[in-house]
Amino acid sequence: MKKKIKNIWLPIRTLIIKEILAVWRDKKSRITLVVPPLIQLIILSHAATLDVNNISIGIFNQDSGWYSQELTQRIKGSPYFKHVYEYKKPQSIRESIDKQEVIVALQLQPNFSKLVAGGNTAPVQVILDGRKSNASQIVFGYLNLIFQSYNQDILKDQGIDIPEPITIQYRSFFNPNIEYIYFTVPSLVAILSMILALMVTAMSVSRERENGTFDQLLVSPLQPWQILVGKMMPAMVISIGESTLLMIAVLLLYNIPFKGSLILLYFSMIIFLFSIVGIGLFISSICKTQQQSILGTFVFMTPTMLLSGYATPIENMPLWLQPITNIFPIKHFFIIIRGIFLKDMPTFEVLRYSWPMVLIALFTLTLAGWMFKRRLE
Amino acid sequence: MSKNKDAIHITSLGKTFPGAKKAALDNINAVIRPGIITGLIGPDGAGKTTLLRLMTGLLLPSYGKINVFGLDTVRDAEKLHDITGYMPQKFGLYEDLTVIENLDLYAALHGISEKEKPEVFNKMLHFTSLGPFTTRLAGNLSGGMKQKLGLACSLLGKPKALLLDEPSVGVDPVSRRELWKMVSDLATEGICIVWSTSYLDEADKCSEIFLLNEGKFLFYGPPKDLIKQVNKEGKEELGFEEAFIEILGGSHRGESVLAKHMSSKTVKDVPPIQAKNLTKKFGDFTAARDISFTIKQGEIFGLLGPNGAGKSTIFKMLCGLLQPTEGHALVSGYSLKTAPSEARLRIGYMAQKFSLYSDLSVKENLNFFSGVYGLMGRYRQTQMEQMISIFELTPYLGENAGLLPLGFKQRLALACSLMHEPDVLFLDEPTSGVDPLVREEFWNHIQGMAAKGVTIMVTTHFMEEAEYCDRIALIYGGRSIASETPKALKEMVKSKALPKPTLEDAFITLIEQFDQKGSL
Amino acid sequence: MNYFSFSRFWAYFKKEGKQIMRDPSTFLIAFVLPLIMMFIFGYGVSLDADKVPLGLLLEDTSPTARSLENAFLGTTYFDVKTSYNRSAIEEDLTGGRVRGIVVVSQDFSKNLLNGVETPIQVLLDGSEPNTARFVLNYAEGVVNNWVKQQKDEGKSFLTRPLIAVPRIWFNDSLESRYVLLPGSIAIIMTLIGTLLTALVVAREWERGTMEAVMATPLRISEMLLAKLVPYYLLGMCAMIMCVFLTIILFQVPFRGSYFILFISTSIFLLAALGIGLVVSSTTRNQFVASQIAIIIGFLPAFMLSGFIFEISSMPWIIQMMTYIFPPRYFVTILQSSFLSGTTWALILPSLLVMFLIASLFLGISALKMVKRID
Repeated sequence: MKKKIKNIWLPIRTLIIKEILAVWRDKKSRITLVVPPLIQLIILSHAATLDVNNISIGIFNQDSGWYSQELTQRIKGSPYFKHVYEYKKPQSIRESIDKQEVIVALQLQPNFSKLVAGGNTAPVQVILDGRKSNASQIVFGYLNLIFQSYNQDILKDQGIDIPEPITIQYRSFFNPNIEYIYFTVPSLVAILSMILALMVTAMSVSRERENGTFDQLLVSPLQPWQILVGKMMPAMVISIGESTLLMIAVLLLYNIPFKGSLILLYFSMIIFLFSIVGIGLFISSICKTQQQSILGTFVFMTPTMLLSGYATPIENMPLWLQPITNIFPIKHFFIIIRGIFLKDMPTFEVLRYSWPMVLIALFTLTLAGWMFKRRLE
Repeated sequence: MSKNKDAIHITSLGKTFPGAKKAALDNINAVIRPGIITGLIGPDGAGKTTLLRLMTGLLLPSYGKINVFGLDTVRDAEKLHDITGYMPQKFGLYEDLTVIENLDLYAALHGISEKEKPEVFNKMLHFTSLGPFTTRLAGNLSGGMKQKLGLACSLLGKPKALLLDEPSVGVDPVSRRELWKMVSDLATEGICIVWSTSYLDEADKCSEIFLLNEGKFLFYGPPKDLIKQVNKEGKEELGFEEAFIEILGGSHRGESVLAKHMSSKTVKDVPPIQAKNLTKKFGDFTAARDISFTIKQGEIFGLLGPNGAGKSTIFKMLCGLLQPTEGHALVSGYSLKTAPSEARLRIGYMAQKFSLYSDLSVKENLNFFSGVYGLMGRYRQTQMEQMISIFELTPYLGENAGLLPLGFKQRLALACSLMHEPDVLFLDEPTSGVDPLVREEFWNHIQGMAAKGVTIMVTTHFMEEAEYCDRIALIYGGRSIASETPKALKEMVKSKALPKPTLEDAFITLIEQFDQKGSL
Repeated sequence: MNYFSFSRFWAYFKKEGKQIMRDPSTFLIAFVLPLIMMFIFGYGVSLDADKVPLGLLLEDTSPTARSLENAFLGTTYFDVKTSYNRSAIEEDLTGGRVRGIVVVSQDFSKNLLNGVETPIQVLLDGSEPNTARFVLNYAEGVVNNWVKQQKDEGKSFLTRPLIAVPRIWFNDSLESRYVLLPGSIAIIMTLIGTLLTALVVAREWERGTMEAVMATPLRISEMLLAKLVPYYLLGMCAMIMCVFLTIILFQVPFRGSYFILFISTSIFLLAALGIGLVVSSTTRNQFVASQIAIIIGFLPAFMLSGFIFEISSMPWIIQMMTYIFPPRYFVTILQSSFLSGTTWALILPSLLVMFLIASLFLGISALKMVKRID
């Protein structure tokens, strides 16, 4: 009478269906899958910007001549600055910067116009707030552009119309106006999918342990590798679904081009998510409780976010650190997803950045499998 | 009656939880006296826990009120907590604190002075026999030991009212006896004690019982009055258990539908369960020492023993959840070590707390367990349908398993462990917390299955349950100190002082005898 | 009878302390993770570009063009890869191996000699906008310098009417760790205050210890205080460790007052703890509590605090949101205290708002934590 297990995939399929149902049936967790990621996408894409605009500038003009007026007018007319404060006293500069009213202040000396009119060079003090090191550098760049055109026009007025021998022209590929959102949005798709894949796998075993259902799996004829696959696949399905949802949101809500191949994107995304799921399973195999899984995930996430090229470019890191960043799968996937979105990255380039993820996935999955087997025995 | 004599006044009390269709408690009126133990009894979902929580002020009544020693549970909640001790069903021990640290904490919270502490602690450690384990983390105690520690923690203050929610679930008979004695002593000091229980032998010992069913008050008075009341209705002479079942609407006894549908197992020449010199060591602590036995097909085999004796360790080694340090466990001749899949395929397992996937529906749970055991096609379908019809699960198919009444959870858990027609069924305290009606029905099924040739392995703390076993192994200190039929066990301790020993007497005496032998 | 009992408080407090000491994950969050973050911010992460890979496409190989190439090779800003093949180097741009290409066209030196205006094209990888801007600015700088050099050596010297003399206050070499390290303290305090407390209280609900404790004479005020104090102390220990590392190991100056740092950290921690308590007593579930703690605690501390991302550049609606969360105020105080000294105009209002948020959330948690379980 007894039916033998002929089909080793049937129990796995059952596990997968159960796992997906467990997430999908509950209304609360269904909402958790959809709403917070979308809100995070929208808020973070606008908040996480290194663009600098809408800033305020202060000017302390000790000169009353035409040339300094002209400069002030040009700054007031520039689209970069929202508000221009004009100071009467030198202490105002200090006060204004101290309380972060302005990020930059100019000081024009009393003989500014006289110097310029006399064909001499007039120095302008540009005081920048070093507490905002990145923003102040960018603002300094803006000011330099204004100064350059000012210089040229003044020289022209004075009849010294010597053209600059070299002019710099630039063309920004893939992102013509160098907008930050082109960078953040594809990155966020990767980050949010990663967080989900990690959370689902890291919690899945410890939750069953706390509820006592894990024992049920252990006394069943399932083999450790079958349980492993049964925990892995649902996380894959759920996080691929999540990425698809986010991609749709991106294409509908943002004016960002999608130039590359969808097939290539999914191909590399699957490799990427496998490597993340491996890490999640590894975390869950060493954690006893849900609290430990949550905090463990966190400890993994923080360096990942900081060292993968999202918060700051990898080229800026010290040389000894740069090779280490290769261990984070999302570093490679960032290059691919931005590449496919913006650059129409060709197949061989995608493969070139995919193989490190294949190695990571193989490593983490083997490690998780090994830990799993050891814990079960 | 003088104020002193009435401890708890319940006046037209009702509680409906938000979103619930039915009232959890409906118009309850009662006066509970101090100085005695009042048993709070009733089937699952009767509202016992809700009533206790209302008495402690942890829940607000929807209407009506409760007075505890003149304190209103809503207005005077703070003062109320100074004079009450409460033990919730799932007592919250801090698992990362040691036994003594847990006691210390609750002692301080109940305002026990440093001077009183040594004496009180000694008393508690003695009754719980946790003396040797004071520095162990509460999380590493066995289930029964946790329960005892929880109880000790709630007894620490000198409360005027003691409210205990199923305090004896999972506690072994020896400790249960001591517990009862301690609480009775407290009662004679004039403390008001409410003891909720689903064990009828316990209820029978209470001075008065308070019977609830589906949120409604049914009976209040001495247990013998309940029997009288039932008998008055013209029935023949009944015991307390029968009276209880009768007042709740009659018995389910009869032929097990489950067994009727089952085909008989073919008789095999290999024994279904064999333990060969099983030993398990955790570090330098030996939890099980050289355990050997063979269970025959169709036998109901019980593992009995005090909390922490090593029962669960042995049980877990037999079903493959723990690897033995030495020795072998064989299921139908297959070793759990070398052929785990073959062995496990023949095992049905029902865990203590009915570990179901609580966020999946009944149907999905059945689907899951049949799939995991590799059931396919038509066979899978018919097995599932059969379970649904036998256990009358049809009305609940779409409901989440976590929301089922306890009795149905237990049915579902049994169904899930049976679909693949196992040779051997492992039951770990299968009826703890379940009410007598459900328990009776459950054992009816188990006996029916055993008759068809399924072998049953069960752990229990429950003497009524142990009586159903064909053979019992008494586990103590990691050893099997006796392995006999219940009748033979009782015979072993028969003496002049104990002419008609109960199984509980046998249990206690055998352990005492073993201790004496050991100390000689 | 409704008095505050010190012995009950002390017993519950000791219990919290022991649990903190015993759970490795608490230790991980309070000390190991901060260390990791400090080291990453101190040594690893930097917004200051250095050695950015840059392609130089030389279609002209005359000595003049070579001299420009040398100018590029001579700077530390770029890691220059010279190429003579347009399609190969453009492939590198697509593959992200160079962040920009400077194109020196075929007739570059010829035009220059004949006095004809000659353009140099800079092709940028816009998929990394920050780096793209950097490449553009610095490439321009290198070319301008080179032109000036050529002129100095040869012909006339052109007077410019205006030159900018930048002076960077508080951080003259524009080290981003000066900014990031003080800011990261706010993140660490949020993790300890909000995430850890949220988990710990939710765990008491899940394990049923809350029900048992609530039925004892322990007063709400005692329980609340006994929860707050240990985590406050834990946060303060982590704070001392971070400040010590920031100043001693990473050599970030401290120009403000330690007293103000102490006061503001205390108030911020109380606000974070208050949020954690409210979250956990509302959800009573560790997973949900951790999710909410991340969304309303960790992410605002990271994204909406002005720690990395400039608040004034965000859309106004998000700018409004930054005012709701305490990290914005704390980061402001931290960055000022470390770099610019005590600016009362900045510190007083920030302290006040944090104080209000702290009292609001602590008030809510005191109201929510009644001794009842429904």
